Amino acid sequence: MRRPMRFATVLPVVAALLAATACSSTPPTAENKTLKIVYQKSDSFTALDAVMQDAKKEFEAANSSVTVNLEPIQANDDDYGTKLALAQRSPDTAPDVFYEDTFKVRSDVDAGYLLKLDSYLEKWDDWSKFNEAAKEAGRADDGSIYAVPLGTDTRAIWYNKAVLQKAGIQVPWQPKTWEDILSTARAIKASDPTVIPFNMYAGKGTGEGTVMQSFYELLYGTDSTLYDEKEKKWVVGSQGFTDSLAFLKTLYDEKLAVSPAEALDANVWKKVFGEWFPQGKLAATVEGSYTPSFWQKGGAYEWAGYEQDMGVAMFPTRNGQEPGGVSMSGGWTLAVGAKSKNAELAFKFLATALNKKNALAFDVNNSQIAVRTDVASESSYLSANPFVKDVSELVKVTHYRPATADYPRISTAVQVATESVITGKQSPEDAAAEYDATVRKLVGDDKVLER
Amino acid sequence: MTIRRYLRLLPVVPSVLLLLLFLLAPVVWSFYASFTNAALSGRAARDPQWVGLENYVRMFSDDSFPLAAWLTVVFVAASAVLGQNVLGLLIALLMTRSRRAVSSWVGTVVVAAWVLPEIVAAFAAYAYFNRDGTLNQMLAFFGGQGPDWLYTFPLVAIILANTWRGTAFSMLVYRAALADVPQDVSEAALMDGAQGWQRLAFITLPLIRSSIATNLMLITLQTLAVFTLIWVMTAGGPANASTTLPVLAYQEAFKFGDIGYGTAVASVLIVLGVVFGAVYVRLLREQKP
Repeated sequence: MRRPMRFATVLPVVAALLAATACSSTPPTAENKTLKIVYQKSDSFTALDAVMQDAKKEFEAANSSVTVNLEPIQANDDDYGTKLALAQRSPDTAPDVFYEDTFKVRSDVDAGYLLKLDSYLEKWDDWSKFNEAAKEAGRADDGSIYAVPLGTDTRAIWYNKAVLQKAGIQVPWQPKTWEDILSTARAIKASDPTVIPFNMYAGKGTGEGTVMQSFYELLYGTDSTLYDEKEKKWVVGSQGFTDSLAFLKTLYDEKLAVSPAEALDANVWKKVFGEWFPQGKLAATVEGSYTPSFWQKGGAYEWAGYEQDMGVAMFPTRNGQEPGGVSMSGGWTLAVGAKSKNAELAFKFLATALNKKNALAFDVNNSQIAVRTDVASESSYLSANPFVKDVSELVKVTHYRPATADYPRISTAVQVATESVITGKQSPEDAAAEYDATVRKLVGDDKVLER
Repeated sequence: MTIRRYLRLLPVVPSVLLLLLFLLAPVVWSFYASFTNAALSGRAARDPQWVGLENYVRMFSDDSFPLAAWLTVVFVAASAVLGQNVLGLLIALLMTRSRRAVSSWVGTVVVAAWVLPEIVAAFAAYAYFNRDGTLNQMLAFFGGQGPDWLYTFPLVAIILANTWRGTAFSMLVYRAALADVPQDVSEAALMDGAQGWQRLAFITLPLIRSSIATNLMLITLQTLAVFTLIWVMTAGGPANASTTLPVLAYQEAFKFGDIGYGTAVASVLIVLGVVFGAVYVRLLREQKP
């Protein structure tokens, strides 16, 4: 008698399991629609979360039958991209609106994750307020727009005036060549060996930060480039690439930067902003225009003294040749999921999140360079921090990454080359040769240009 | 009668189905994906193509794969086969001879590392081997100066951490096995004048052979799969010096978005596990005629 009894208890469980899996695929009912919004949030990046909370309130008030589900992902940039891509693989988990890095736009359009926005943008009055260069950030290979920028950024040398002055260096400081950087760094080290004179990121630990806030500032100042936009081919065998690696090697070998072990720590940037700059242990580093967002009120590493102590300088070209400086720009966008069941509403939410009020709040709180012309002329934007003008001017000398679908892997290959050089595993020549071989393997010989 | 026999099998059907669904299906899918160029982004994400053996060919022309395979073998041999196994046996042997209070105290200390969740143990090990960590602070107290362990000797640090974490399991297995060794055999050998090491080598070890093989199989498979410990301590660095196969598979599949290549690496790992398992099963079978 016992066996049939057991069987009877198992059956409902199986039935419940089957029912549970069947339920998840039923579409939401027409009356009560929900929108799923996915974006990045971390302990040092909450500006977007604040904007999204505001946008949710605003949107739900205007659309009473719609529920907005905010689903922030707690992760760094690399992991955020991975988690987002994994969520997009299935219609059940794909978000309706999401935060997307500009350099992933083309690759993710190819993957079929992003909805074409052209027809929606036509009917959106605010679209004309976006500056023309910024609109390009969301354009894919087919010429259509798939994502709307939140803001952009530039990169510069951030230096601690007090530390430089202690070493007898005049401020404001503006190096004209790579050699200027090295001689200043050596002077700082000579006057106080406990100070880190000039840090530049390297290695896979800091991920995309390694190339955006370090390697490309060097490479694009050597008259070389990563990608030939006209020929649509990747450049290999360039002297500039080897020289850029050699410059990093010099910095690390002479202990002008952090130790290689610290450089490979994915959290090294937290020490840069949170400890070394405020404590006067670091003279200078290359970082983004968003730097003040960490130090201003409400930031992750509040530091009241930063406005007086910090200075900003343009990263020089190798020999001071035209145009005299280098910067890199990226930035993030909002996009609508291609699998969204409520595309119309999703775009409406995107438009709410990016209206003038919310864009202004985001640009100010996250020290972004505004992409809406009406925000850029707003007085609260211009006075958000003392560096807005300096970093905005760098747009004149800035470069954008080749946002092709191959790019993320090429970027990794560059990071690997820098890691090999600073850890002493390879010489700059060998590391460059390995990079060339990797690129050829990744994109094929016909998409490579020897120069 | 036969119907009743089939009816008796019915209750296991759900568990078999669940096993097939959650255990076998991912393995089969992983093998299948390793023959495609599936990716997280780009055109291959929308429409993965069958590429045959391309991923496997690339694996053997890629420097990082042979290195990762070698590091995996070193890691398993040093931390499981040598570290956990030998240390576990040693502690178990000493415990049989020590006083009860001492042996239960030692047992508690060793088991403490084992019951910690892997992520907690990993952070503890990171805090211990870190440049400003406990180990170097202790060395500094005695006037020494330690290197940056995780950077200079990443694999050594990971091997020590995994040995620390896993020894308890071997110790428990051997404690049970040694308790089953008949006392009179040892005593007879003692009467014949056998030394301590002779009794260990010719009496005790042969008697617990099957426990040794079972233990080796289990800890080898466990160690092959270690990921969290390595990821937290070194993330596979510096310059791939501690990238074992699970770390490489994760990096390729999720950091670089190359699912096809990542699953190819994972497939090799599965095959490696099956080979190890088969060897140990063989060992187990041979001693029971």
